[in-house]
Formats: sequence, C-alpha cells, structure tokens
Amino acid sequence: MDKNLKEHLMSYLLGRLSCQDVAEIITEYLEGAMSLSNRIRFHMHLGMCRDCRNYLEQMKATVQTLGKLPPEPISPHVREELLRRFQHWKKG
Amino acid sequence: MLFFEWLTIALALPVIPPGRDESELLDGLRKGDEQAFAEAVDRYSGSLLRVAMAYVPSQAVAEEVVQETWMGVFEGLSRFEGRSSFKTWLFTILTNRAKTRGTRESRYVAFAEKTGSEDDDEWGGVDLDSFIQSGSKAGHWIEPPHAWDHGTPERLALSKESREQIEQAIEALPATQRQVITFRDLEGLSSDEVCNILQVTETNQRVLLHRARSRVRRTLAQYVKGDLG
Ligand SMILES: [Zn+2]
Repeated sequence: MDKNLKEHLMSYLLGRLSCQDVAEIITEYLEGAMSLSNRIRFHMHLGMCRDCRNYLEQMKATVQTLGKLPPEPISPHVREELLRRFQHWKKG
Repeated sequence: MLFFEWLTIALALPVIPPGRDESELLDGLRKGDEQAFAEAVDRYSGSLLRVAMAYVPSQAVAEEVVQETWMGVFEGLSRFEGRSSFKTWLFTILTNRAKTRGTRESRYVAFAEKTGSEDDDEWGGVDLDSFIQSGSKAGHWIEPPHAWDHGTPERLALSKESREQIEQAIEALPATQRQVITFRDLEGLSSDEVCNILQVTETNQRVLLHRARSRVRRTLAQYVKGDLG
C-alpha cells in the first residue's frame, strides 16, 4: 500500500485530532493520564503539525518558568512575632 | 594563605550551622530549639504565604493564616508521624486554617463570589477565538504559536516585568485554579499530594490545572511576543 495512503487510512481509523483538540488535552498528556489510543493520535498530530509542537513546548516552558519563581519572604515583623510566639510556646 | 591566618579568620566568623535536613529540623522543633524554628520559618513561610494568598483576600489575612499555621505546628508536632513530607503537612494545616478563616471573614464572601464561579466555568482552558471555527480549516490555529527559544523560562523568571505579569495572571484566576497551580507548579507538589490537600479527584485536579496553565501560558505568550520577540 502507498505509504501516504496508509497514513491517511491510519489517521482516519484512529480519529484525527484538530489543533484545538490537542490544546484541550495537552495537560492530560503532560500528566501522563492519556489513554494509549489518544497518545498515538496526539503524537501523530504533533508529528505533522509544527504549530502544536510549539504549543507543547510553550506549555512546558510555562511550567518551567513557574517552577523558577521563589516565594517572597514574609515581612520581618511577622517573622519576629513568630519567633516570640515560639519562645512563649516553649515556656508554656 | 597561612594556616594560622586561615584559622583566625575561621574562628572570627559566626558559627552558621549547615542547612539541616527535614528530620533534623523536626528534631530541633520538638526539642524547642529556637535556631531550628527560625530556620523552619525562613525555609517555609514564603511558600505558606503564597499558598495562603490563594485562599484569602488580603496579604494581612494571609499573614495571620501563616502565623496560625505555625501555631498549629506547635500543637500538632508530637502527633506528626512523617507519613507526608513536612512541607505537605504544613500545607494541610494551612489550608484548614485558611478555610476556617475564610468562612469567618466577611470579605471572603465577596472574594468567593468574585472568584468562586469556576464550577460553572464552561471555559475549557483554550479560547475558542484562538481557533478557526468553521470551514475546511476548522480547528486550526488562527495565530499559530511561535517557537520560544531555549532560554525563555530563565529570562521570564528573571524579568521583573514578566514576573509581575505572571502574578497578575495567577491572581486573576478563580480561587481553586489558583490553588492548584500554586501547589503544583510554584511549589512543586505532586498531583497525589494536591488531590489529598484539596480533597478533589485526580480528574478534577487536572482540569483545574489545565485551565490555570492555559491562562498563564497565554499571558506569557503575549509577553514573549511583545517584549522578548
Ligand atoms: Zn496542530
């Protein structure tokens, strides 16, 4: 069978995902919560679609960015109050 | 450098104990060691405050919730068995305090009304206006996403302006979405831990995470396009 035809037939049988579908199930993919058949369809779409590959990379980069944001320290007066309460608790 | 020279300098420096690991820290707390407590406060309070902000309407109330959380630690320390990490245990105490606090705060009602409508939020995380809705190209991107270069996360995290954009995007999220993205992506908890703390199903957690991440990504995409691109 012609390779192209085979691919088309496969994607038809598996159910082709649109870019919108990909964007809607991307977290399912990143969370490893996707069924095998959806994962195959997902990868097939990505193999053919640079836009969605970019989207996936943007999503991963977003998560990475959020992981690089340190929390702001608490204000010194709250910190002092806490240490004071700890001393109090220790005595009580 | 001569050995004695080095020794003089070394002895003159204040003794800074190396960072204790979690169990050492807990031992210290149980013994009432103030150093250990100060270290625990410095290590975790920023995270606690950030999470508290996802529950209550103001910085002042969030700070009180953080204080109450540490009070809860004093009370519960002898019962803590280490089945979860110390940080996850802290978050569990915090969310309980924050929720109790939330119901007492009259302002919380306004806050909940503003942000608590996510249960009927029909929005699936992706804007329909990002995609062609009819014709042979239906389902395709209207404005295809660009490739971000490799160093983008570092650059975004270092830029004050982009950090502010991220903060605003997260603040604008419905409360439960904000809670989930804070736990998962800012604090690095696992989905199991978050499901436990929030008492939601895995699917529910994932849907909330998806919506939250999609919105933050969109904000970043606009920022990257405008300022870095
Ligand atoms: Zn696509």
